[in-house]
Amino acid sequence: MSETLLLEAVAVTKRFPGVLALDGVDFKVRAGAVNALVGENGAGKSTLMNILSGVYADYEGTLKRQGQPVRFAQVAEAQQAGIAMIHQELNLVPHMTVAENIFLGREPLNATGLIDYPTMKANAKGLLDRLQFDASPDSLVADLRVGQQQLVEIAKALSKNAQVLIMDEPTSSLSEKEVELLFDLICSLKAEGRGIVYITHKMDEIRLLADYVTVFRDGRFVHEGTADSLCLADLVRYMVGRDTKDFFVKTQHAIGPERLSVEGLSLEDAAHPGQFILQDISFSVSSSEVLGIYGLMGAGRTELLEALFGVHGKRVKGAISIDGQPVAIRTPKEAIHHGLALIPEDRKRDGLVLGMTLEQNTSLASLWQFLTYGLLSQRKEHKEAESYRNSLHIKSHSCCQQAGQLSGGNQQKVVLSKWLLTHPRILLLDEPTRGIDISAKNDIYALMDKLAGEGMAIIVVSSELPEIMAISDRILTLCEGRLTATFDKDAFSEEAILKAALPGCKEGDVPR
Amino acid sequence: MSHDNQLTMNTLILKKTVGQPIIKPLLALLIMMVAMTFLSDNFATTDNFFNVMRQVSVNLCISVGMTLVILTGGIDLSVGSVLALSGAVAAGLMKDGLVLEGMGVYVGFTFWGAILAALLVGGLLGAFNGWMITRFKLPPFVATLGMLTIARGLTMLYTNGFPLTGLGKGFAYLGTGWLLGVPMPVWVAGLVVVFFAFYMKKTRTGRYMYAIGGNEKASLLSGINVNKVLLLVYTLAGVLAAVAGLLVTARLDSAQPNAGSGYELDAIAAVVIGGTSMSGGKGSIAGTVVGALIIGVLNNGLVLLDVSPFWQQVIKGFVIIGAVVLDKYSSRK
Repeated sequence: MSETLLLEAVAVTKRFPGVLALDGVDFKVRAGAVNALVGENGAGKSTLMNILSGVYADYEGTLKRQGQPVRFAQVAEAQQAGIAMIHQELNLVPHMTVAENIFLGREPLNATGLIDYPTMKANAKGLLDRLQFDASPDSLVADLRVGQQQLVEIAKALSKNAQVLIMDEPTSSLSEKEVELLFDLICSLKAEGRGIVYITHKMDEIRLLADYVTVFRDGRFVHEGTADSLCLADLVRYMVGRDTKDFFVKTQHAIGPERLSVEGLSLEDAAHPGQFILQDISFSVSSSEVLGIYGLMGAGRTELLEALFGVHGKRVKGAISIDGQPVAIRTPKEAIHHGLALIPEDRKRDGLVLGMTLEQNTSLASLWQFLTYGLLSQRKEHKEAESYRNSLHIKSHSCCQQAGQLSGGNQQKVVLSKWLLTHPRILLLDEPTRGIDISAKNDIYALMDKLAGEGMAIIVVSSELPEIMAISDRILTLCEGRLTATFDKDAFSEEAILKAALPGCKEGDVPR
Repeated sequence: MSHDNQLTMNTLILKKTVGQPIIKPLLALLIMMVAMTFLSDNFATTDNFFNVMRQVSVNLCISVGMTLVILTGGIDLSVGSVLALSGAVAAGLMKDGLVLEGMGVYVGFTFWGAILAALLVGGLLGAFNGWMITRFKLPPFVATLGMLTIARGLTMLYTNGFPLTGLGKGFAYLGTGWLLGVPMPVWVAGLVVVFFAFYMKKTRTGRYMYAIGGNEKASLLSGINVNKVLLLVYTLAGVLAAVAGLLVTARLDSAQPNAGSGYELDAIAAVVIGGTSMSGGKGSIAGTVVGALIIGVLNNGLVLLDVSPFWQQVIKGFVIIGAVVLDKYSSRK
């Protein structure tokens, strides 16, 4: 393996008002290698990547591009220098075609000065072929799945001949198959001598992919070394500064009476009448039970939780009863009234009002509790928010901080506080630990465990098998909008659950 | 404590009491007022002060409604036309009552009855805006653009294109009278401002307006009846436009069919200069008050300085753009 440094950060410090985001960190990007950068949220990974890719220009310290000191004043300069970032939130224009997106801003022109579409498409096709990506250059980006959109981003980076590719948690919204494809691609990019910077929270990805691992904690450099010299326990200790023995083990609670039962639930596709996103789904969940729902992307997991929560209104058919009483839930408001709470998958898009303070977000779903003579009492709001901030260990400098300024794990805890304040009896969690760090994950697992112990019925969707097996009492698998299997705790096995969730398996193949 | 620290402390206290985003417009207003005091002998007089305030009060009523609309991420272009129709309805009812010739119906209206009817008309037109926006998911720009034309056309139909004049002393008092040394329109605008500043800060619905502007989907998932709140917002904008319509009509003692045209732009300018974000979720009534005062002082100052009306428009435009550029530039730093 070569030791050529494509890019190096030396003693980089970055300050935000009131926060020292990076404190003299070093980071090396080696050619022909996957350079993993790990650390909890707030460790400063994203900040460093924003410096490497030219988003932040005001920092202290030095960047070296192949040994030469450089300073990128803007993203375009970093791109010129062959550094491209594949963002967690994809930066594509949805209503343009794949080819138009790849060459956006660098469209090939013909003799008359107009866009030369044939050349553009041919070039795009060439790039897509290299990625073994079978979409047409003419398809609209909006029609592609997230995983495919990510490939378009990568094609775009390659078209600029990027030598350094920064990937910020690229697998967080991919199905297992797409992840495999991405890993193959990363390996071939590596073989071409490019340097990959790979940010992740997932330990198995580090094991599979990484050549070098750098660990940050609280804005400081903690460790750098080759991946094979590092065992999981060490890595976790570097990240959190404590041993793995604190990791989550679920308590076995006595399952109570049936809380929620769903009979023959189906959801029609609004865009394609006659087609169903969910079909004939029946299950129940009891008090103190954690029911896991596993499925691949597009299986209808999110839609199932949304259907229960009244998001899809009258398009949902089927019978729902709570504590044996039939209920009709047509709006989120009614769902809240019936004691349901939904922690959505995309907390920035669906969970929080980012411009509002932590406190205002916490009270939003239960403002009726904060009235004095019919008027909002900021004192009450502050008191409740403060108590959740303490009990859930939300890291922020005060309750008046804007939600948008918090890290992912802390944002998720704010969403949780908001819903706990509505005193739900049935908690629906959609990928509650997606994109958040280990210590916040453990806090959330512990909270779920505690709530189950207090008698709450919990339904949790997760696309990470080890996670869902650790936290659930029972697991349902969804595949293409249908329920394919139910597993009791003693029947949990990664292979069986995955098999039941894969398209193409029939009912009866797996125990029901 | 060093001078610097003292300064930071003062800024902190100011931030805490008035809210950060309105400091800059407030400073701009003060600078303008000081400059005008030196430039013109007629500026800093009691007469001129009340003159400016009276002029500002009409825009202020509309701007408060516009603030609610813009906070939810919308826009209301119809307020000028709604103002005209409400004013005309009040004038018409006060003068002639309600006459339905075909059915031989005649209903006389008292002073208060006519005012109530005008507010009702404003509210209904606003509610219609809200209904189109929530029921048919029309972009607010389009829905209220339609209403701008509809309400103006209805005003022309109702007045036959002629002003309705001679509305009586009692009504004129609303526009030209004084109470406890303060002009009546200033009382009305003041009450509107105080009520809505309080409403936005202290009621659930006020909070929901901010939340919807900040993130509509998250608000919906938090159990907020988004459509109901939006319907209310546009209805209130209509009612407040009607209040402004009453003030204008009373001051002129006449309902002009062309009254209020272009007022929506002054209102939007006041809201934006006051630091409210056009994309919703951020801003305040207090900011809008400052924004409306800036526009009022500017209008008044340019007249006092004898600037030609054509140049006045050019300068006003640059001030609006400049205010927002300054705000963006300094908040990024």
